[in-house]
Amino acid sequence: MSEAASIYSVDKVLLVAIRDNITDTDIINLQEDLSERIVNEAARGVVIDIAALEIVDTFVGRILAQLSSISRLLAAETYIVGMRPAVAMTLVELGMDLPGSKTALSLSHALRSLKAKGLA
Amino acid sequence: MTVAPTTELSRLLREDFDGVLDAWFATQKREGVRRPDLFSDRESRRQLSDLLRAFAEVLARIDITEPVDIEADVWSELRLALSEITLVRTERGVAPWEMTAFILALKQPVFVKLNESLSGTPDRLLSIAADFGRIVDALAMHINEYFIAERDEIIERQRAEMMELSTPVVQLWERVLTIPLIGTLDSMRAQEVMENLLNSIVEHSAEVVIVDITGVRVVDTQVAQHLLRTAAAVRLMGAEAIISGISPKIAQTMVELGVDVGEVTTRPSIRAALAEAFRRVGFQISRIEDSRV
Amino acid sequence: MSAPPAEPAARIELRQERDVAAARIAVSRAMDAMGARALRKTRFVTAVSEIARNALDHGGGGVLEVYRLERPLRIMIRCRDEGPGIADLDQAMTDGFSTARSMGKGLGGARRLVEAFRIESRPGSGTTVEMEAKP
Repeated sequence: MSEAASIYSVDKVLLVAIRDNITDTDIINLQEDLSERIVNEAARGVVIDIAALEIVDTFVGRILAQLSSISRLLAAETYIVGMRPAVAMTLVELGMDLPGSKTALSLSHALRSLKAKGLA
Repeated sequence: MTVAPTTELSRLLREDFDGVLDAWFATQKREGVRRPDLFSDRESRRQLSDLLRAFAEVLARIDITEPVDIEADVWSELRLALSEITLVRTERGVAPWEMTAFILALKQPVFVKLNESLSGTPDRLLSIAADFGRIVDALAMHINEYFIAERDEIIERQRAEMMELSTPVVQLWERVLTIPLIGTLDSMRAQEVMENLLNSIVEHSAEVVIVDITGVRVVDTQVAQHLLRTAAAVRLMGAEAIISGISPKIAQTMVELGVDVGEVTTRPSIRAALAEAFRRVGFQISRIEDSRV
Repeated sequence: MSAPPAEPAARIELRQERDVAAARIAVSRAMDAMGARALRKTRFVTAVSEIARNALDHGGGGVLEVYRLERPLRIMIRCRDEGPGIADLDQAMTDGFSTARSMGKGLGGARRLVEAFRIESRPGSGTTVEMEAKP
């Protein structure tokens, strides 16, 4: 299990809760752990909950974008959920709109979308 | 035996308190900053004597050749007296410059009195007068800062009030919000709008927000950027933005300016935007069967 | 750059990755103590994260000091490193000036997130960044 996050598996969906104040190495490790679990568990959906993150800087922002891209390549639709308003505004100011990532208000919103597509 | 400069000054204020007070009062009268129209003689004298007494106490405790730090503890009493009197006087309509002149008027009478007692030692006279001048200037500056801080606070409060008035987020339907923008959209306001909107999204678990710009006077590159950023932030939160109220003229301007709205949904009217919003949250508006209209 | 205003409220040595997180926590606490608004705090702490990571990655480590300034109340940080310095500051401040780990939005992004931003750098003598914001 990665230091940066807890990964739970529910009905072929991997739920990732990222903890606050993670180091760069932690989140790079998460990227590896998550990719392996998507393949091993044949997950069709991934929900990354960042509600705990008080800040997302360019580095973490880039990793989040990469997590989405990697999961998509491994055939798992990925949602980033729970972003705080202040974090969203700051990311936009930094010019990081995460254009390739799907977003949802909360875990349940993301699960609803995944169910609607038959992925959960 | 030499007398320390500080004691000389504080002795003057102790031994000739009423003399200095009278002279200060007279200088204010002469300079036209006494404002007899607003304050009775008795009231004015009480204010002056409160200030002068607090001042005398400070002077007895500090070394006046040192740099003046009005924020230090020793000044707290005088600071308080100064703010109270400034507040009372400005509430009745005394202007900031009058209040500064009111304090600076203390210099001249003290110089005259020092000159009387120290005329035999011009060097001492000069250095004490210079130090005293510096302290009075510091007090006058403190008053200026007080005014600026007060004014800033008022401006900030009014701005916040205006902001709330001008950017109400309205829930149109379950999971659908709208924010009708009116007037101009500068950077500061754009940020408030965005913050207000994003917090409302969380509060209402909104999935679609309609940003209506029907009432926005000018849409230039800057305003367009603000709108697109707002839409981007809304998307990061997991909701979708629809920008409505884009008139044919605005559409032409935006294209001429080379503004690319990308993936952001736009609609000419709030009515069209609402129909789209309903569709996205899974509702539809239909005519009642037996309606005669 | 001017002399430090007072004793720093916190001082963090930036030697390893964990210290970047420590810098964020220290600034976040200092701003909490000032009663900072959520948005202002997030913006400033994000900028601090960019600057601290920069000092670690390109300056080979450094020191970050957190100051509380009065009248008007604001937070200030100073981050110094003794790295190779930046030859072309203008270029480094431009979005898209990419380095090993950032997206090239670090410095320019940090500047947009704060109210005052000062940077001093000379090749061979390290880089110092100062940033300020209202709480």
